[in-house]
Amino acid sequence: MSADGLILRLQNVTRRFGGLTAVDNVSFGVRRGEVFALIGPNGAGKTTLFNGITGLIPPTSGVVEFDGVDVTGLKPHRVASMGIARTFQNIRLFDFMSALDNVKVGQHCRMRAQLWDAILKTPLERREERTVEDRAMELLRFVGIERQAHNYARNLPYGQQRRLEIARALASEPRLLLLDEPAAGFTPQEKVELMALVDKICSQGTTVFLIEHDMKLVMGISRRIVVLDHGEKIAEGTPEEVRGNRRVIEAYLGKGA
Amino acid sequence: MIARVAALPVWLRENSRNPNALVYMGLVAVTLLFPTVVQFANPEQSITLINTAADAGVFVLMAIGLNVVVGFAGLLDLGYAAFFAIGAYTYAMLASGQLALTPAHHAVHLPFWLLLFVAVLVAATAGAILGAPTLRLRGDYLAIVTLGFGEIVPRLFRNLSSWTGGVNAISAIDTPSLPLWIDGPWDGGAPFQVVHDLKFTTFQPVAYYVLMALLIFVCIVLVTNLQRSRLGRAWMAIREDEVAASAMGINTRNVKLLAFSIGAAFSGFAGCYFGAKLSSVSPENFSFLVSVTVLLMVTLGGMGNIPGVIVGALVIYFVQYKILGDLPHWTTAIGSGIGLPARTVTSLSDLATNLNFVVFGLILVVTMLLRPQGLVPSRVRQEELTKGVHDEAVADVRGLA
Repeated sequence: MSADGLILRLQNVTRRFGGLTAVDNVSFGVRRGEVFALIGPNGAGKTTLFNGITGLIPPTSGVVEFDGVDVTGLKPHRVASMGIARTFQNIRLFDFMSALDNVKVGQHCRMRAQLWDAILKTPLERREERTVEDRAMELLRFVGIERQAHNYARNLPYGQQRRLEIARALASEPRLLLLDEPAAGFTPQEKVELMALVDKICSQGTTVFLIEHDMKLVMGISRRIVVLDHGEKIAEGTPEEVRGNRRVIEAYLGKGA
Repeated sequence: MIARVAALPVWLRENSRNPNALVYMGLVAVTLLFPTVVQFANPEQSITLINTAADAGVFVLMAIGLNVVVGFAGLLDLGYAAFFAIGAYTYAMLASGQLALTPAHHAVHLPFWLLLFVAVLVAATAGAILGAPTLRLRGDYLAIVTLGFGEIVPRLFRNLSSWTGGVNAISAIDTPSLPLWIDGPWDGGAPFQVVHDLKFTTFQPVAYYVLMALLIFVCIVLVTNLQRSRLGRAWMAIREDEVAASAMGINTRNVKLLAFSIGAAFSGFAGCYFGAKLSSVSPENFSFLVSVTVLLMVTLGGMGNIPGVIVGALVIYFVQYKILGDLPHWTTAIGSGIGLPARTVTSLSDLATNLNFVVFGLILVVTMLLRPQGLVPSRVRQEELTKGVHDEAVADVRGLA
């Protein structure tokens, strides 16, 4: 555990794709227990930054520190088992698995049954499967889609698919949850419900770090915000500070606005 | 135990509309009745028929194994016969006089029951060794590499003739004997026998048949357990979306390697049995055709569904060895029946022999057109046909491929 209360610290993180610098020398920190938001116009490098943190596309240079441990360039599954879970901007559920099974897969890295346990159905495996099933149902209930437990993920309505992704991410018992545009395509009513869900997750002790376009939503739920534009960090602070920031207004509305 | 037996009628009623349960029930009934019925219905051919059924079991075992690789984990393996060869040669080398002829100069005769497990381990290890460098490939590329492996292995066995006897094959391999505790020295030295004269000989194939039925039963139980475990879910997840699976904490490389290795293990199992039954193993037994046939059995039966691939294996085996084998026969019968001249009949039956594979191909094409999801499809496969699936590797997203 790091002494400064930061659960995630990014230091000079840069990601280049050939000649394009998608994330340019970005540094900031996420405090334990807060709801932290990353905003910025399209193409600002927000998702690339998430991919860098979770190891899907490791940063070209810079350091990602999770709870005081350097996780830069670790494989995605290692990052996940350390306690960082994520959702995806374009929903990436296991389409042809039931909602319940999706959440069970999320618990994979917390399960202990080995190959022999699985082949021979040892008591340990049976017990574990039962707890995994109970926990998965509990999570589906937590996000409010327990009635869909046995439906294929792809057959769920859009909003419920987003919720299922959150449930699946929570299944890996993360200490830090990364949500990539969780409210994309939501109606105002759904957005309100989502805010309540994020609040609930945060109050259970999971730090939430989210990417969001909707300024109103972001201002409502996050205590601190970082703004990216063209891969660079242009502002950081409370919603009020960010809202009044000259460069942020320029990034969103153009110069002279 | 008693509770389970008492629950059987309930189970039967609940599953009376479940195709998988029906298939299993049918398979059990046929397996139990087949040897008896055949002896009454067709006494002079019963030995051949039971023998053929036992041989078909080899393919059932392989189809179950390949289903783990292709059906569960979604990895296309075109060199599956290689592991079959490895299993068969493991048994052949360690249970015959062969090693006396090699630089080792010492024949080894280990018991069949032990070698079953040895062959499984050797094949699984071979699977892991092949898989480790190649499983970062995906789809077509993986298929090409495995295809190469499938060609290399039989060639290796042919060309390492100082060890394997090369094209001359290894023959006079030990046949299995019943374990000591079954034909033990009680009863005044006479072997204990449930079935009269139960021995592993070509002339009395019932023992092989029973052994094969038991092996298949065990394999079905094990694979079903796997499918319903953490590992089975991980395989499905990888097949659905590898990127999401890795972000959920699944070590995609290890899990894929396990699928590959387990698939290979089943093939080794089948290979060991095959060597023991045939009592002779030659590099010609493990051609590309074997790999393709097993893949066909999996696809045509219903990828990802265990009863499906078993049915697929049995159907294709039946078509290949019965329908295609009897085709010239039938042509002759029909030809002379409608009064064609003898020379025409002969050439027609020759034609039928030559067109064997055309007919086989036609049967396959028609089946796949009429029933693309397979004979007994898995639920997933049926739905997938209405929509594409993700096919993007972590390596692709990371730009490392």
